[in-house]
Amino acid sequence: MNPIHLLLTPQQLHIPDGFLSVGVSLIFWALTIIFVGLAIRNTRGELGERQIPLMGVMAAFIFAAQMINFPVAGGTSGHLLGGALAAIVLGPWAGILVMTTVVAVQGLVFQDGGLLVMGANIFNMGILTALIGYGLYRASVGRSRGVQLAIVGAASWLSVVAGALLVAFQLWLSGTSALRIVFPAMLGVHMLIGLGEALITVAALAFIFRTRPDLLSTNAQKRSGLGWILVGALIALAVIIISPFASANPDGLERVAIDMGFIQAGQAAPYEIIPDYTIPFLGESGFSTILAGLIGALIVGGLIYAISRFLRRKPAGAES
Amino acid sequence: MHINTFDHYQTLNSPIHRLDPRVKVVITVVFILSNALIPEGAWLAFAAAWLLVLAISQMARLSPKFLLTRSLVALPFALAAVTAIFSVAGNPIFSLKIGPWLLTATDAGLVRFASIMLRSWISIQAAIVLTATTQFPDLIHAFRHLKVPDILVSTVSFMYRYLFVLSDETLRLIRARESRSARLTPGGKSGGALLWRAKVAGNMAGQLFLRSYERSERVYNAMLARGYHGTLLTLNPHVMRPRDWLWGALALSLILAIQLLGRI
Repeated sequence: MNPIHLLLTPQQLHIPDGFLSVGVSLIFWALTIIFVGLAIRNTRGELGERQIPLMGVMAAFIFAAQMINFPVAGGTSGHLLGGALAAIVLGPWAGILVMTTVVAVQGLVFQDGGLLVMGANIFNMGILTALIGYGLYRASVGRSRGVQLAIVGAASWLSVVAGALLVAFQLWLSGTSALRIVFPAMLGVHMLIGLGEALITVAALAFIFRTRPDLLSTNAQKRSGLGWILVGALIALAVIIISPFASANPDGLERVAIDMGFIQAGQAAPYEIIPDYTIPFLGESGFSTILAGLIGALIVGGLIYAISRFLRRKPAGAES
Repeated sequence: MHINTFDHYQTLNSPIHRLDPRVKVVITVVFILSNALIPEGAWLAFAAAWLLVLAISQMARLSPKFLLTRSLVALPFALAAVTAIFSVAGNPIFSLKIGPWLLTATDAGLVRFASIMLRSWISIQAAIVLTATTQFPDLIHAFRHLKVPDILVSTVSFMYRYLFVLSDETLRLIRARESRSARLTPGGKSGGALLWRAKVAGNMAGQLFLRSYERSERVYNAMLARGYHGTLLTLNPHVMRPRDWLWGALALSLILAIQLLGRI
């Protein structure tokens, strides 16, 4: 058997510290902060003071549900990651907050996933899964139960595959892994792991449909949800198109990414702006390098702040 | 499952335990960032970083064995970095043929692999020292002081409180399933078809969701009955003392020294 298959037990989407470059870590922290900020904004109005106990207990639920498994064969078992399930039953924003909490506690308490790379972990397992899971589920609202469950199955399978592909991509951008090995390996393993996720999610949702359908109808009736459907469909489409192309021709993908400048962005950011990691007039000393790093970090921090301010203002204006 | 299942060391007393949690969080994050910035192959800087963690863990009276076993959590991920050996340009050392791939190991690749593993191993030890020397409510409170949004902090502290309750609930569900023979026995037919087993696991997850949801409603009602109005209160003031500033400054300058060591 190819040793690469040992690479991944189900929990192995939790990237530890040290495996991602500072640039990639900060970029994904920035993305995560934006999404989590939006999620906080959007859930506050909906849930009010009920929010904290509900989401806290729901996060504990996802954590505990990840312990549930079913034996497959040869000592392997099917597991639940829960990102898609959380977004479907709680709504996308609450789902993102719940998964953020789960990943944060796993990293802080159990060292399951690092601290500097936590932004990437939250994005891979909480935000991306919610976008796909809820987006596709939203498209199925109003159809028959069977169609809905089939779409939910496909969505949760895709959410795991997409998360795994993004992990492979991040590892490669950081210069940690060779794309032509890690991409097909992650894809192959998680296409199987995703089946377990899909089966458990569908069965769990069918169970909730049977016993408490009222819980699901509340978050599905608001507004049209066209934006969600679009985002979910776009990501799903991207996964479906990239996967076969990349596994058949990983060198091609590498080529495209190099041409587009992704590699440099990943490995040298955030202080790409400062030539050769040093500040000109200070010469090539260690001090200069650190200062360059600090300035880079400040720039990224400022950008994040500016973007979040911008995003915060816009919806407020639209409401008034 | 007891709330202290994972925290045998949190109730000890040492200068590190007494340090303000804010200082510990900031120092840990800066230290992990510093590890990520140590250049490849700067072995002296890696050694210094490791010695720093080791010294602090000794000061906190953590057992070296505990630190070592816990730090192996991230080891499976090493396989992802193994590919670095074969993907960096440099002087070839040996070649492997696995399936359709011909892999050539290079010296630069080996240096990168070793650097990634050291970064990861030293960083995870720092995170372990943070967790092992800080009670969780204090840790969470530090994040509140560090301006992490209140909703996140409160949700995390709620999650931590119910994590053990719901984990117990899950273990009960699993035990009930085991005793009703959904287990896969080697060569036996018990446990039903694969799809059936998956469906049982899904039903358990659904069941757990409903129990959790209903529990959250009960918790909320109980909170209302006790005068909850949207914010959680705390009795611990968490004031920074001169000692905390001193320790923080000392640790930061040591981290700076490690960075300098890695770049000269």
